[in-house]
Amino acid sequence: MEVVTMRAKYKTSVKEPGIPGVLNMTEDKFSFSPNDPRVSVKLDVGFRSIKGHKFSKEGSKQALLNLTQESGGYIFEFDKFSDRDVCRDFVGKVLGKLQAVTSSRQDAHGESERAAIPVNDEQLSTAEMERRMKLLREDSELQKLHKQFVISGVLSEAEFWAARKNLLDADAHTTLKQRVGFKSAMLADVRPLTDGRTNKVTFSLTPEIIHQIFAEKPAVHQAFLNFVPSKMTEKDFWTKYCRAEYLHRTKNSVAAEAEAAEDEDLAVFLRHDDILANEARRKIRRVDPTLDMEADEGDDYLHLPDHGILRDGIKERNTDVENELTKRTLLQDINRHAAVVLEGRTLDVELGDTRTVAEALARSKQAELATGSSDENQNQERLERVSRMTEIEDLQAPRSLPLAPLCIKDPREYFDSQQANALKALGDSGAGARPVSCNLRTEEAYNSLSEHISEIKAAGFSDPVVNPDVAVKVINVLTHHLSSTCIRLGKNPQESVLDRLPNRTKEELLHHWTSIQELLRHFWSSYPVTTSYLYTKVGRLKDALTQIYPKLQEIKESMQSDSRHQVSLLVQPMLQALDAAFAHYDAEMQKISTKSRERPNGFA
Amino acid sequence: MKFQVEDVTVYFPYDHIYPEQYAYMLDLKRALDAKGHCLLEMPTGTGKTIALLSLITSYALAKSSNPPKLLYCTRTVHEMEKTLAELRLLYEYQLRHLGPSARILALGLSSRKNLCVNPSVVSSATRDSVDAGCRKLTASWVRALAVENPNIPTCPFFENYEKAGSEALLPPGVYTLQDLRSFGKEKGWCPYFLARHMVQFANVVVYSYQYLLDPKVAGVISKEMQRECVVVFDEAHNIDNVCIEALSVSVRRQTLDGATRNLNKMAQEIDRFKATDAGRLRAEYNRLVEGLAQRGNLPISDNWLANPALPDDILKEAVPGNIRRAEHFLSVLRRLVQYLKGRLQTENVENEGPVGFVASINAQAGIDQKMLKFCYDRLHSLMLTLEITNTDEFLHIQTVCDFATLVGTYTQGFSIIIEPFDERMPHIPDPVLQLSCHDASLAIKPVFQRFQSVIITSGTLSPIDLYPRLLNFNPVISRSFSMSLTRDCICPMVLTRGSDQLPVSTKFDMRSDPGVVRNYGRLLQEMVAAVPDGIVCFFVSYSYMDGIVNSWNEMGILQDVMQHKLVFIETQDVVETTLALDNYRKACDCGRGAVFFSVARGKVAEGIDFDRHYGRLVIMFGVPFQYTLSRILLARLEYLRETFQIKEGDFLTFDALRQAAQCVGRVIRSKADYGMMIFADKRYSRHDKRSKLPGWILSHLRDAHLNLSTDMAIHIAREFLRKMAQPYDKAGASGKKTLLSQEDLERMGSEAIPDMY
Repeated sequence: MEVVTMRAKYKTSVKEPGIPGVLNMTEDKFSFSPNDPRVSVKLDVGFRSIKGHKFSKEGSKQALLNLTQESGGYIFEFDKFSDRDVCRDFVGKVLGKLQAVTSSRQDAHGESERAAIPVNDEQLSTAEMERRMKLLREDSELQKLHKQFVISGVLSEAEFWAARKNLLDADAHTTLKQRVGFKSAMLADVRPLTDGRTNKVTFSLTPEIIHQIFAEKPAVHQAFLNFVPSKMTEKDFWTKYCRAEYLHRTKNSVAAEAEAAEDEDLAVFLRHDDILANEARRKIRRVDPTLDMEADEGDDYLHLPDHGILRDGIKERNTDVENELTKRTLLQDINRHAAVVLEGRTLDVELGDTRTVAEALARSKQAELATGSSDENQNQERLERVSRMTEIEDLQAPRSLPLAPLCIKDPREYFDSQQANALKALGDSGAGARPVSCNLRTEEAYNSLSEHISEIKAAGFSDPVVNPDVAVKVINVLTHHLSSTCIRLGKNPQESVLDRLPNRTKEELLHHWTSIQELLRHFWSSYPVTTSYLYTKVGRLKDALTQIYPKLQEIKESMQSDSRHQVSLLVQPMLQALDAAFAHYDAEMQKISTKSRERPNGFA
Repeated sequence: MKFQVEDVTVYFPYDHIYPEQYAYMLDLKRALDAKGHCLLEMPTGTGKTIALLSLITSYALAKSSNPPKLLYCTRTVHEMEKTLAELRLLYEYQLRHLGPSARILALGLSSRKNLCVNPSVVSSATRDSVDAGCRKLTASWVRALAVENPNIPTCPFFENYEKAGSEALLPPGVYTLQDLRSFGKEKGWCPYFLARHMVQFANVVVYSYQYLLDPKVAGVISKEMQRECVVVFDEAHNIDNVCIEALSVSVRRQTLDGATRNLNKMAQEIDRFKATDAGRLRAEYNRLVEGLAQRGNLPISDNWLANPALPDDILKEAVPGNIRRAEHFLSVLRRLVQYLKGRLQTENVENEGPVGFVASINAQAGIDQKMLKFCYDRLHSLMLTLEITNTDEFLHIQTVCDFATLVGTYTQGFSIIIEPFDERMPHIPDPVLQLSCHDASLAIKPVFQRFQSVIITSGTLSPIDLYPRLLNFNPVISRSFSMSLTRDCICPMVLTRGSDQLPVSTKFDMRSDPGVVRNYGRLLQEMVAAVPDGIVCFFVSYSYMDGIVNSWNEMGILQDVMQHKLVFIETQDVVETTLALDNYRKACDCGRGAVFFSVARGKVAEGIDFDRHYGRLVIMFGVPFQYTLSRILLARLEYLRETFQIKEGDFLTFDALRQAAQCVGRVIRSKADYGMMIFADKRYSRHDKRSKLPGWILSHLRDAHLNLSTDMAIHIAREFLRKMAQPYDKAGASGKKTLLSQEDLERMGSEAIPDMY
């Protein structure tokens, strides 16, 4: 049984200062005892009553953790974000576990109820089960639907999920989603914080920062792998690192020298990074020859040592102080940082445990080395690029651009939507030009047209097509209602009719809408009915649908007169959809019954 | 396309040509016809290099009886690569249209460091150790020993190359350094010596300036070039600096200490030889008596850097008797080193002419001018006799001899300056004795004399009448081309104030003002948010850049910049800078966007292009003046005033502005490209400074853009970028044509095309 104990301040709202004390968390409950025994606030709450947790962002003013209940919650403030993160992670774990337990209990419950219903039972792996539970946990609406239909037995578990394969798959895809690169900001350049009163300086490192340090300073990375945990603890390691950084930052080279001489581990952080130098040597062989300045240096006989002019006001002397500790400059750090950001993050490991991050980084570097040796191809590519670059673009007909093959992830969706678009476009432009089959001959058409024209010429437009007074009246009546809603609604395009309904009604409506959709989806997908299983399923679904029908009517009638129209407008499509389903069902039943009369052993 | 320039059919690898390219070719052709030198300024971004290459190769094809050879000099190796890539494009086109008759051999030439393929040699870190490593394996005496003793290592590539003898030839084609290396690897021949050999037969040789200008290198490499050569100095705006640097030497205390060690080592060697092989030393003595300081035809692998003095000034007579014997020569050198050590101990800055200096050496160390003059050749001969292969360890004594030879040879245009410490860091004692050349015309004179046509060209040669004076030659054609633009694709601006209306400048008394630093930072901060892709910033010096970057970091400005773009910085370490540049390009290619911080007069400003999306904006922070209190600069200014009547202020401004123009000119490559240039210093708004900018920048610098503050500049930048995003007609239909097709050229026929724009 894990236990987390952390110093924290308990507060009931964000603003107030809070009561300092100790927060103690176990797997089923958490307790808070204040430092000051006189204060009466003492907490002992089970996690079961906790609905969720919120926390303040890294880098914001306070490190807060809020455990929310049905109403209100418990807010704790921590000294450091790292402390908070520990608690947050723990709470997350516990809550996740609890939720899983409850939902599986519910499932078990449903299972027993459902036992009577014949289902083609499937054996689910635990992983599959867990994924489903996770989905339910994350999506309260889905959970509601699940509860309503699966547990009440309208749909079987398998049926319910069969319609949501994409969700389950997509879940598998989430690991493949866009990988986040390094931040552009130089995190590795940790700035010390001083409290202003004492001489103490504080460095704070987060997993993100540590990862960046490892990526940008291979020597530190190497040292970490070598020293931790065999020679020192992680904390000691980072303390040493920060110390070295501090010395470097304050440009206190004398002190740095002294420290380095005393402590060879510390010296690692201050010395010139050999790994980087090697890497640079390896990379320089692959650079574009049109910007290879190293080759230039190799060809420069003007600047033999001591030839040329040394101090002519153009050149600046390298301040080649022999002290190798002060060699690393800000400029180098900036270059290195930008190079690392450009290379991108190659790790799939969750940032958290420093050790695993360090090891994963080492592995990915090795892999890179292994693949990097075959640079024959790259060479070719580079030459091609150079030759492409040399051309003057506007003196030449444009080169055909390289094509990337079109990749349509879901062809059906794409082509359907294309078709819909095409139809819409047709409808827009050619509504009037619908081809009407016409078997009039040209003369006849001409004659008839000329007749009409002459008739109109003779008669003229003596009386208007529509009496203006009547027209105005009709328009007024028609627009009256519209404008009344428009005045109320038109101001904000985002605001919909739904928002103006009472909350309860709105929720109910939405809920009915989703459940109707769900049921109808299953309903229509079971046609044509070919097995007895489907037959019973259709029946079941129809019953469920009929139950919703009166409820909708009820909502409609319960509304007050002014919004009843709106609600009925909303309900109308639902009712229509239901009616269509019922009609279809009845027709099918009719067919089946006639069929079965003809062939009594209709379904086996 | 194919067209006539007077009587020459020019093959040009593109379907269209800019009118200024055509005019440029015309002038170039006339200069070649006149067998004279010329000076051409054409804006960057108008395809200067390809125009040059296609005219000269076509000219050579047309004069098939005696085709001139092209020696193309670039500032840097990476520019060499760029030039060869363009040449390859042209070559492929000519082959397609002319067939085998268009075959030429073109190659780039560089040092062993860049060409060697022997893994054990090329892995050495520096150029000198690669050279020495090569010599250890290929020197004639080493190879002679290896014949008898197979345990002595030799270089398989060189042995194979020697074995192939006259068979070892490069087939026609265009060879970059990479191509040479892979050819060498494939055949098992040494690419360096192969290239050195093939230089005689090549139609086009691309190498760096110093292979012609620096007598030490030119004496070895370019000795055998015939008169019928067309020599091109591309990006030649700094050519005067290269020239004076080629003839300058500086001696520091470390040099003298090293020289003493070298002398001890040589003394030991001499003793050893006396004991074992006295005949060799005697043979050398006899040779010297006969006056053969240079031993005629050395095997190619024994060649070393040549005499630092210009070929015409080297005496062809017997070595003076008192330094013929090895031990006597060593004692002369010891006295010389001792004398120089004494001079370095001075507390004050001393400035002397060569004549006075030689006189005082003669008085105090008993070494006369003639002995000084022969120092280098005598040393060279001695080192060959002593069979010294690890030449990289003897660089110090070589430097001292270079100094002695130069000081003994020249009496005019040089001065010797001894400084006990660097002016900018007075607390660090670092005495240095500098022999500095003031006259750029000295080094380039043999080139003008030897070759029939020398073409000096660049994007920034303004004022164009200054260069013939500095280099002391008479061009048959000297011309500055303007740029015909389809649309206003460059947008120069002068920013004089920050958003708070306070002036910005890198003037000495203002540069460290936090207000100025902050205003510069704000400018960058706003620009990174507004400009897409790449931005380049140039600072006046490394130390200034270092300081301002650190302050921006403290102020949090750098962090803001990083929110929008990655930041890369040029450092004094070339490897790091190269990698930073490579990453910068990657960042621009992938759409991430980046800022590059660089230094005017630095290596990046010299030869790296920031064209297209690699540079949509370049900001020049400050005016890149030289450090005006430098003694050498002062001495040079004085010389210029006395000899050429060039005023100090004029020269300094000219020099600063050519650097600034060079920096900002790197953003544009073709007329389809576009870019903004911000000169961020209040001094740019003054007429005397501004007017020194090249014409193609000035013609786009509108009066309204002369005195901007940061917010106005941002506004203009947004407008400009929006305008550039619109589609446009590339041919420039309205009024003047900016893009000519073959038909256009034919139609114009004999009309006077240069007057067209």
